[in-house]
Amino acid sequence: MAQQSQSALIRWVDHRLPVFSFMQHELHEYPTPKNLNYWWNFGSLAGIVLVIMLVTGIFLAMQYTPHTDHAFDSVERIMRDVNYGWLIRYVHMNGASFFFIVVYIHIFRGLYYGSYKAPRELLWILGVVILLLMMATAFMGYVLPWGQMSFWGATVITNLFSAVPLVGESVVTWLWGGFSVDNPTLNRFFALHFLLPFVIVGVVVVHILALHQHGSNNPLGIDRKGPQDAIPFHPYYTVKDLFGLGVFLIAFAAFVFFAPNYMGHPDNYIPANPLVTPAHIVPEWYFLPFYAILRAVPDKLGGVLLMFGAVAVLFLVPWLDTSRVRSARFRPVYRQFFWLLLVDCVVLGWVGANPPEGAFITIGRIATAWYFLHFLVILPLLGKLERPLPLPTSISTPVLKGGGLAGASAAPMEKP
Amino acid sequence: MANSASTTTPAGHDEGGTRRDFLYLAAGAVGGIGVASAVWPFISSMNPAADVRALSSTEVDLSPVKEGQAITVTWRGKPVFVRRRTPEEVKSAVDVALADLPDPQPDQARVKKPEWLIVVGVCTHLGCVPLGQKSTDPRGDYGGWFCPCHGSHYDTSGRIRKGPAPQNLTVPGYEFLSDTSIRIG
Amino acid sequence: MRKILLATLLAAGIAGPAAAAESPKAPAQEWSFGGLFGTLDLASAQRGFQVYKEVCATCHGLYHLSYRNLGDIGFNEEEVKAIAAQATVRDGPNDQGEMFDRPGRPSDRFVRPFANEKAARATNNGAYPPDLSLITKARADGPNYIYGLLTGYGDPPPGTVMGEGMNWNKYFPGHQIAMPPPLTANGVTYSDGTPSSVEQMAKDLVTFLAWSAEPEMEQRKRTGVKVILFLLVLTGLLYAVKRKVWAAVH
Repeated sequence: MAQQSQSALIRWVDHRLPVFSFMQHELHEYPTPKNLNYWWNFGSLAGIVLVIMLVTGIFLAMQYTPHTDHAFDSVERIMRDVNYGWLIRYVHMNGASFFFIVVYIHIFRGLYYGSYKAPRELLWILGVVILLLMMATAFMGYVLPWGQMSFWGATVITNLFSAVPLVGESVVTWLWGGFSVDNPTLNRFFALHFLLPFVIVGVVVVHILALHQHGSNNPLGIDRKGPQDAIPFHPYYTVKDLFGLGVFLIAFAAFVFFAPNYMGHPDNYIPANPLVTPAHIVPEWYFLPFYAILRAVPDKLGGVLLMFGAVAVLFLVPWLDTSRVRSARFRPVYRQFFWLLLVDCVVLGWVGANPPEGAFITIGRIATAWYFLHFLVILPLLGKLERPLPLPTSISTPVLKGGGLAGASAAPMEKP
Repeated sequence: MANSASTTTPAGHDEGGTRRDFLYLAAGAVGGIGVASAVWPFISSMNPAADVRALSSTEVDLSPVKEGQAITVTWRGKPVFVRRRTPEEVKSAVDVALADLPDPQPDQARVKKPEWLIVVGVCTHLGCVPLGQKSTDPRGDYGGWFCPCHGSHYDTSGRIRKGPAPQNLTVPGYEFLSDTSIRIG
Repeated sequence: MRKILLATLLAAGIAGPAAAAESPKAPAQEWSFGGLFGTLDLASAQRGFQVYKEVCATCHGLYHLSYRNLGDIGFNEEEVKAIAAQATVRDGPNDQGEMFDRPGRPSDRFVRPFANEKAARATNNGAYPPDLSLITKARADGPNYIYGLLTGYGDPPPGTVMGEGMNWNKYFPGHQIAMPPPLTANGVTYSDGTPSSVEQMAKDLVTFLAWSAEPEMEQRKRTGVKVILFLLVLTGLLYAVKRKVWAAVH
């Protein structure tokens, strides 16, 4: 397109700075498996939510005051006096939750279809790095309104580091810049909350770079055999992603406009009070499973290690999973365990939302044990023991002669 | 079949092509409207907020100002010069021929009571605050104000007489609440 | 898609704020501002403001509101000015460097009843009357809870040991609240002739407080309806385009 472009200007620019050739190459020529289903929408969707968060965040930062005496009031001023401030803040606030919904779906899609397997291990690892950065960013962002949950969330989470042997207390004092969560803490959290999203953008670029090296995995989990298996990304997937974006925005708007505080906590509309801890402190919903893992262990250091281990174990998934078949569609046993893992995570979240008493403790421990059992034991063993179903020969001809697999016979395009 | 699909361009003008063109156009237009309307709240949020707009008037007590003195008050974050002019200053302001002025304006149009001159103390060149409020300040060649940044001279009616500033000092909206107090804004 | 919805609902359900452990949940009331299309009952909100002014304002602040905001619930400019002028605002320093008192202006924030938290506790038996500007958002199921609290006073069940100066309340966590029953029948004389029963006053007050917590509520819902209708059209169009573009691949 660029080389033969009608426009002399485009040719002139492209000769010196090949942006048009680049777009042509990465969008129009970029071959994409033609059988991607709607679960593949969530990658680009996450990118768009990231942009929404950046834009709303920058405009909020223009009105926000990172000082313990003014932070809460400045947020209320945004809600009441700044033109459309309520809209921008509610989009940002709910955007954080929706960002995690989208990314969690994206991760589970990867787990289901084995998208982390060779040659996409680095792609997966970069994704886990993005998840970690998102968690740090979300945590620090939640502190900024300086409500009760902000303050006590910051206190509890920073205190996790006091579990580190020997230097723990010094590390926490260093994190705080004082002897409790206070103004210096708020200031640095604001600075980092502003910085980290741009770091995320950087890692996302590398993530996409790694993706474009071998292209997308697909629901069948088999490699593309030739041009008949692929279609250009544009216009096929651009328009499909846009449609998915529309559906997403409807759900998003429903929360922003009609239940903006549903996923928040009422206590965060009470200004921070360093002398009184709220009766039930819980993190934002997207941290609840990790919170449950933290509380499952009666030992301070053990709990902290296990909680970080829950994310760290994701880095190892490409090597823990020993099966050479990617897609769970051809791994009937793994498929069962996949759904069990999903249920396990929901149970962990539910336990995390409840006070650590009675049956919740037991359930939390069982669910935590299962989480690690899944990754550390079941995944490696299953690859050796499970007998996968026969794989189709190619994406275009997935016909399984005499195979009793109903799902695969409809494979070339899962639901349009 | 996939190959043929990938080479089809939206430019085909069979019957299906026309309908498709219309669809593309409609979706593009509606999407464009959506993006444009989504941009507005962000732009609007940078305009003065409701609390800022609510603070747009200031009341000033004039009783402590003696003839020949001036005070500076803050209005919308900017300095406002309130000068109680001597009869000579009024006379020199009234006597100027309009033809001599870069921004012709009679003195009568710039004051409500000749004794009181009230102008926004921001040079119309590039926004510095001119000197001349204190009796020890340089007041320029015309006895009004002198902007030290780029050398604009204002007269006793706050009109530009010499220098790069294009306009006279702005007269804010104000009203006399009584003989000794005004409300600006 | 169904699974996404399910996951969303599950996730959201988990996040739902936990109710106060030991007190019963206040029964749900009908609110003019409830539901997807609810709008504020302005007459009720104005009456609620009267209740706030005559009953609550002695102890509870409304710091995040300014007097000018009262225009939103139907007071005209003159009324707002008159309401603001009743307040005494500490301003300054003046040219002598001294702080001075002046009548309030519409641009002023609601004057706080106490200079600071310690002063508030000193006059209130050690309890701190919370600021009310966000109260319906700052409590789980806020409007119903506040209504329940205002109408939930009663005699303690036999055998209850009440703390010094505490009052029994059915819906307050722990049942012992420092605030004495604020509303008494006919304690406020409504100018519009509405009979001022405790329930009526509680309802009006909660309507007023719901507005003060979410002054953007009506605009938000109105905008939301437009945005969602627009998105439905856009998404429908995009779906049609998607079908067209993909037609050849199937």
